[in-house]
Amino acid sequence: MNFAFTADQVMIRDAAQSFLADESGSAAVRAASASETGFDAGVWQRIGSELGWCAIPVAEEHGGLGLGAVELVLVLEQMGRQLLCAPYFSTVCLAANLLTQVGNEQALRRFLPAIAEGHLCATAPLSSGADDWLDAAAQIQARRKGEVWTLSGHCPRVPDAAAADWLLLFAQVEGERKAALFAVPREVAGLKIEALEGWDATRRFSSITLDGVTLPAEDRIDDASRIEDGLSRAAALARLAIAAEQLGGAQQCLDLTVAYTAARKQFGRAIASFQAVKHRCAEMMVRIEATRSAVYGAAALAASKTTADALALECAVARTLASDTYFYCAQEAIQLHGGVGFTWEYDPQLYFKRAQASSHWLGNADGLRERIAQALIA
Amino acid sequence: MNLQPSPTDEAFRAEVADWMRRHLKGRFASLLHRGGPGDEEADPALRKEWERELAAGRWTCVGWPAEAGGRGLSIEQQVIFHEEYARAGGPGRMGHIGEGLIGPTLIAFGSEMQKRRFLPGIVAGTEFWAQGYSEPGAGSDLANVQTKCWQEADGSWRVQGQKVWTSLAHESEWIFVLARSEPGSKSRNGLSFLLLPLSQSNVRIQPIRQMSGGSEFNEVFFDGAVAESGHLVGKPGEGWKVAMGLLEFERGVSTLGQQMHFAYEFDLVVKAAQANGASANPQIRQRIAQAWCGLRVMRYNALRMLSGGERPGLKREALIYKYYWSNWHRELGKLAMDVLGPAGDAISDDPRIRPLQQLFFFSRADTIYAGTNEIQLNLIAERGLDMPREPRPAV
Repeated sequence: MNFAFTADQVMIRDAAQSFLADESGSAAVRAASASETGFDAGVWQRIGSELGWCAIPVAEEHGGLGLGAVELVLVLEQMGRQLLCAPYFSTVCLAANLLTQVGNEQALRRFLPAIAEGHLCATAPLSSGADDWLDAAAQIQARRKGEVWTLSGHCPRVPDAAAADWLLLFAQVEGERKAALFAVPREVAGLKIEALEGWDATRRFSSITLDGVTLPAEDRIDDASRIEDGLSRAAALARLAIAAEQLGGAQQCLDLTVAYTAARKQFGRAIASFQAVKHRCAEMMVRIEATRSAVYGAAALAASKTTADALALECAVARTLASDTYFYCAQEAIQLHGGVGFTWEYDPQLYFKRAQASSHWLGNADGLRERIAQALIA
Repeated sequence: MNLQPSPTDEAFRAEVADWMRRHLKGRFASLLHRGGPGDEEADPALRKEWERELAAGRWTCVGWPAEAGGRGLSIEQQVIFHEEYARAGGPGRMGHIGEGLIGPTLIAFGSEMQKRRFLPGIVAGTEFWAQGYSEPGAGSDLANVQTKCWQEADGSWRVQGQKVWTSLAHESEWIFVLARSEPGSKSRNGLSFLLLPLSQSNVRIQPIRQMSGGSEFNEVFFDGAVAESGHLVGKPGEGWKVAMGLLEFERGVSTLGQQMHFAYEFDLVVKAAQANGASANPQIRQRIAQAWCGLRVMRYNALRMLSGGERPGLKREALIYKYYWSNWHRELGKLAMDVLGPAGDAISDDPRIRPLQQLFFFSRADTIYAGTNEIQLNLIAERGLDMPREPRPAV
């Protein structure tokens, strides 16, 4: 047993840190999030084809690097820290993740190589239930007639849908107990994508309506034999990814606050020298390091052989802590910045909005705690 | 990062578990899960016999080097030993101050004579130690020690003053003391580190009754108490260095064992909630889940602390650890009592209730001893975040 990162893992983390500090600073984030698409296409292209980050979790047989959750978490932590605006999370942590866990052989070969190369943008719902997308599946009905599927329904929150080439959507099929997964091309008759204007502009959401969208049989992409365990695993890994981003965001809130309080003088001294301020920063660090331990621990578990239930429990723990820690640190950052913390100009507000928005993704902390309680108490 | 244990470690784990199974039974069965913090008064005589049982199996001082009488185990194997010891319900160690604090101090700073005289008794479980650091005026401000010591013409040392919060002094043979050897010196300067026998007429031990009713701690009064000339550790005036060096020996190897005990307590709380129906209450369910999250954090945090080559005292995860576990434990105590409801208010010997009450009361001390919450937050801010240091008195 060894809990230290390998040299390769440290290298990946450091490269991510330095690239994102250069390309996703405050000004870049503000520019990207105010742009029409919501991200800088040049940066996204470099991430895909130059840095190879889209290939990290994709198996080598499908053109990926075949690395594990640990490497992915280290990169995501830096993305969250710098509020990277790019369809990375939706493409890699939702779409590629779902394909890997529940996709049929044909779908894996069809989509994963293009995702790994950074040529394909895809997404899936980020619903708010803690029930592994069952809430999303309940809102779309799929019917089969001969070789053609017809889908109708609604999906209220899909990230980066406007940028995606393919949308992976869950649906209910009459007579089937489990959710089904479909790949829906963006340009298809009957599909309406409506952009939502969110307070958190660093990740764009759209609401999706399907009105009799027809798809060929091959666009149903789930492998029925893997769907039950697979959905649990995919949701757990997506929660872990969110937790990693939240961890990075919380860390940045602390770093911004420590820097600001060191520079800001009142009563003739840096406000960082007041115990009332020091203790609040220390409390942020306690919660961040606790969250870091949970996130790295869940990543190490995800990278080893484990059951779907154990993985679900550990990732729910990490995500619960990360959500609470992120919001706590964002609110403390605003308070400890004083008046400027309330302005548009200073960055704490960006993290505050992201902390609140991300707190719902795939279950809020209360919902996940109830899931943990079910596993422990029954 | 790899969570898979090696075959050697697995075999060692099985060996410890097997030994515990074969020995922690019969006349020792009443010690199962007993004698931890808050329960240190549980049958000290039998627990001393248990120390000798451990010693016979060579399970005391497992992390000490072989030449000092230990097993020289690797960090990983020490962790495994402590985990399996706690998992088996091994009782709180009467010898932990000797094994964990003064022994390593003597190995690092003691003279050959001191090592020969004192280490074998610690390894054999025949001599027990108390710690004389805190004083009424030297708690968080430990360097404000007022107890004095001076050397007599025959070379022996005399100690005058008062120590407080010395756990199990009444069950121990020896005490190590930090005392001021240079009159008029202040703060960390001019202190010396002495070893004294407790059974002498000019040492008086007075128990402190705790809010939980018991008396694990004592006040110890020294009225010209004698230490032999060869029983000063390090050099006169360098006692602070020795005392702080001692803290460096805390490598966190026992933290995973401590966590096994926490997990045991957590299970007691869950069982109590299932038994009285509190487990159906949504708020209680939230808090149980929250407590579980803390257990997972502590496990991975300890694995982070123990991995890699950095000095553990300087790592961020090590800086937060004491604050984290003590506050977690205090919350668990409150949760336990809220689960019990009014049944928790009655003084009880019911084994399903009493340990939870002990947890509730004693965990109030967790956030006070070994660095209060407030001192911990100062340390975290100053060492972890490089924030300005608190002003210190001029020396």
